Amino acid sequence: MSNTAMDRVAEATPPKVARRIRGLSDRVIAWIFVAPTIALLLAINIFPLLWTVWLSFTNYRANRPNLPVQWIGLRNYERILSDADIWATMQATAHFLFWTLFFQVVLGFALAWLINRKFKGNDLWTTIIVLPMMLSPAVVGNFWTFLYQPQIGLFNYGIAFLTGVDPTSFSMIGDVALAPWSIVIVDTWMWTPFVMLICLAGLRSIPDYIYEAAECDRASNWRQFWTITVPMVLPFLMLAVLFRGIENFKMFDLVVQLTGGGPGSITELTSINLKREAFEKWRTGYSSAYAIILFVTVFGLASIYVKALNKVKDR
Amino acid sequence: MSGYSITEPSPRQKWIAGVLVIGYALVTLMPLLWILATGFKSSSDAIAYPPKVTFDLTLEGYVNLFTTQTRQTPEYLAEHPPQTWYEEIVRDKGMVIAGPSRFGERFLNSTIIGFGSTFLSVFLGTLAAYAFSRFRVPIKDDLLFFILSTRMMPPIAVAIPIFLMFRSVGLSDTHTGMILLYTAVNLSLSVWLLKGFIDEIPREYEEAALIDGYTRFQAFYKVVLPQAATGIASTAIFCLIFAWNEYAFAVLLTSGTAQTAPPFIPTIIGVGGQDWPAVAAGATIFLVPVMVFTILLRRHLLRGITFGAVRK
Repeated sequence: MSNTAMDRVAEATPPKVARRIRGLSDRVIAWIFVAPTIALLLAINIFPLLWTVWLSFTNYRANRPNLPVQWIGLRNYERILSDADIWATMQATAHFLFWTLFFQVVLGFALAWLINRKFKGNDLWTTIIVLPMMLSPAVVGNFWTFLYQPQIGLFNYGIAFLTGVDPTSFSMIGDVALAPWSIVIVDTWMWTPFVMLICLAGLRSIPDYIYEAAECDRASNWRQFWTITVPMVLPFLMLAVLFRGIENFKMFDLVVQLTGGGPGSITELTSINLKREAFEKWRTGYSSAYAIILFVTVFGLASIYVKALNKVKDR
Repeated sequence: MSGYSITEPSPRQKWIAGVLVIGYALVTLMPLLWILATGFKSSSDAIAYPPKVTFDLTLEGYVNLFTTQTRQTPEYLAEHPPQTWYEEIVRDKGMVIAGPSRFGERFLNSTIIGFGSTFLSVFLGTLAAYAFSRFRVPIKDDLLFFILSTRMMPPIAVAIPIFLMFRSVGLSDTHTGMILLYTAVNLSLSVWLLKGFIDEIPREYEEAALIDGYTRFQAFYKVVLPQAATGIASTAIFCLIFAWNEYAFAVLLTSGTAQTAPPFIPTIIGVGGQDWPAVAAGATIFLVPVMVFTILLRRHLLRGITFGAVRK
């Protein structure tokens, strides 16, 4: 019957007592383990968020703490939504978001597909391609302004070398028509590897036998690509787009160093605009309302997108 | 894989793919190699046209990065011959070294804040992740989602109330303030990543330990932690890289004592505009550790950048 010490102990302890002691201590430990995290997040995330909500209904200015704070209701929100400048920054953000996502998806997928041909040394080259993504966007963005200099910059020289135009004839950062593309180029350079890595995981998750079956059915390569590869990678690709979309909607460091929002306010993305309102013009109440609008927008768009993503996954 | 497979790409396909990928890798590496090279150029070589690929190596940029200099009269220079190799470099321009620059301090700040916040967020994150992984925590899914959603706020939006809060409790421009802030930001990453890693450790190990008479805490400490070591290490590196690279909070909430390197490096200026060799030298010193970590981390990279959503 009972031959180990364990069994004897188990028999000796009334089951009810054993359950209670263990259950209680687990529960206490669970709370001890989770509480510090929740407490810190409440202090540094939730409390500030609630404060922002409150501030957004006032005319508070952080540079004049002694001024009486007035409750002005929804006036900040009305002003923001009817402000033409803010719609212009939204447009700049939309342009940036669309084109960075477009190039990163196309290039990232293509690279992943090529790497998945499993040529010799693909691991090494994958690691090299990934490097830009991990670096400080502010430091790298700052250095790109050097690469973009009209005469001495490496970028302009490279373009001139390839196309034959005069390298001094164009300025990526100074020109109104080119500046929006200058930030798209650097962001694409930095973050294509991100999409590439996720696509690669998607491609590697497709089992060989599916292709083997398709081969037996004499499906053409083209057809295999569109009916097997693309649908199987799509959930991965959509996840990559979600991450990049949220990140680029919040984009600040890289672009602030590259163009500072200029020339004029052509590349002034919402985060840069918000920084101006909050920390240069010190319209704290107004910019709090602005921040809430941005948060609700990201949150709303992300939730809708995740629903779509789950549908694709379930299919 | 063994033997012949119809899904194996043909040698010609492999060759073309290899050429294209290596071509892209070389182009994408150019800006980074250019940073490295510019750091060793003289200021005139750095802004030469056409851009110079071969040049005389000099440590001028690095010396400029670490020192402040003043111009002196020829008489003074003649009376005081240079004592060290770095002073000699400076003398060629008719300058003398007045003292160390701020770069050392800023770099040290980055290190203190980076390691401090990494330690805290991994420590708290491991505890929370273990609880979420093993116990029935009420409203667990909501809590986990709440933790993740803290990452959706644009940093500038968070910075407004944090700025006010830090100002009123005296945390602005302090190491403690920045460590707490980065810990809070990194917690979402560390909890999600570590929960994934701990989920992968079979429960049977702990159950066996509990049966052997370990308390729950001992089981966690002596059985789970050693098993999760790799996961904890890679999570730590991700947290460190985030804190190391962070710019938005740093530029808004620090200006002096606690300023980190990313807001500092772009402000390095020489005579008449940015001193590009010095900037490049600073960038090199700042970026190389991250590159080394990236190479060490390559197996877990995908997991880290997707908060554990994609595992290979």
